[in-house]
Amino acid sequence: MAGVVERIPDKAGIQKQIMLPWSKALQMTRENIFVRFGRSVITASGIFLGTAFMSAVFFGGAAAAVKAKLDLEQGITPQEAEMQARIIWLVTMSLVVATVGIVNSMLMSVTERYKEIGTMKCLGALDRFIVRLFILEALLLGVLGSVAGAVVGTGAMTIMWMGRIGAKNTFAAWAAPAMKLGGSPVPLWLCVLVGVVIGGVLSMLAALYPAWRAAKMPPAAALRSEF
Amino acid sequence: MTTTTGEAAGGSVYEYIVRTKDLAKFYVMGGQEVRALDNVALDIRRGEYVSIMGPSGSGKSTLFNMIGGLDKPTKGTVFIDEVDMAQLSATELAWLRCRKIGYIFQTFNLIPVMTALENVTLPMVFAGLSTDEALEKGANLLKVVGLGDRRDHKPTELSGGQQQRVAIARALANDPAIILADEPTGNLDLRTGKEIIALLKQMNEEKNVTIISATHDLKMIDVSDRVVWIRDGKIERIEERADIKVQVGEMEGEEQ
Repeated sequence: MAGVVERIPDKAGIQKQIMLPWSKALQMTRENIFVRFGRSVITASGIFLGTAFMSAVFFGGAAAAVKAKLDLEQGITPQEAEMQARIIWLVTMSLVVATVGIVNSMLMSVTERYKEIGTMKCLGALDRFIVRLFILEALLLGVLGSVAGAVVGTGAMTIMWMGRIGAKNTFAAWAAPAMKLGGSPVPLWLCVLVGVVIGGVLSMLAALYPAWRAAKMPPAAALRSEF
Repeated sequence: MTTTTGEAAGGSVYEYIVRTKDLAKFYVMGGQEVRALDNVALDIRRGEYVSIMGPSGSGKSTLFNMIGGLDKPTKGTVFIDEVDMAQLSATELAWLRCRKIGYIFQTFNLIPVMTALENVTLPMVFAGLSTDEALEKGANLLKVVGLGDRRDHKPTELSGGQQQRVAIARALANDPAIILADEPTGNLDLRTGKEIIALLKQMNEEKNVTIISATHDLKMIDVSDRVVWIRDGKIERIEERADIKVQVGEMEGEEQ
């Protein structure tokens, strides 16, 4: 057993010698997103639709608030009270639907790459490299998807409301309260921004569990899977 | 069990790169215990070309996985360079897979989104080589396997034989002591299979890398220093090159 004892200094050195620099991980992730473009679009579209719907609802809330103020100035009684409850309900639903969509597509996208994951582990990848690659990919797709969703969602609503209350009032909606949180109004721009951040974080969280589970698999089992 | 030490060579002492002791792997399938490997003791010398032969389901792929640290045995030990693999932490095991062992698979297993060069340099990235060093070394390895002009091609743009050559270059990326090959010619036609076997033998001789190949390709016997026959998870017999020469002629004759 002398051989084992002699090798202990070696073992200490091992720790530092396996690495995956962030720059390389980012490059690999970028390539992955572009090469599997179809799959990436499907993954991102879940979060895209969710944020598009959410920001449209927010925009509608804010624009309605602007309109209510205009109506009040003209002596018309606005009906605003029940809007609040409906907006929160709609936003929650859109988030739930988007989350289920992302979890589903992340599961698929990890599962169809089991073999690749097994191969990477054979080449010396640590479990956390695998998790890192998937998290990065999910984060990028999530941010891209939710930014695009916010742009399209608010864009469509802008066009719609411009016809009703004019361009100036429509753009004023960005500062108007889109919803009330604990009694205090939250302006539209903040709601949309938080929505985009939540979109990115949610898609990252959705990838975390499947990626971690796949990374933990013994390479032999990962390599056996056929997809 | 079977004694596999180098007595045949007149008592000279071999340096063993891989040793397995009482190695066993049991699976439970449909409530029944399947003994994929049972009590396997196998010593592999540094620098030799070993073929592990046997019909499908004989346990040769399971043995491949155990030696490569890709799966944990139910019982017994695998020593790589006298280090007990079961004692290694996850990081040390990854280091071993990265630096000591190169893997070659029947289905090539190249990363589909990466070019040939990127595939070959990936293990070097994990090993901490700088991008420039990795690119230079990777390009050289691709030249060695005869694919110098295919470095920027994706796996889908390469033939099976070319993909396996990339896989061989990738297996050699960090100058491993061992190359483990699981049915490396299984998805290739006769001629391409022969070329791949010749390339493996060439690497074995030039780089003194130990080659352990699980296979049922009889063409492989020709270049092997030893052939380990496995049946029902047990070593049936181990033949030295000298003993099998005659049989090889017959088998090759049959095949052509």
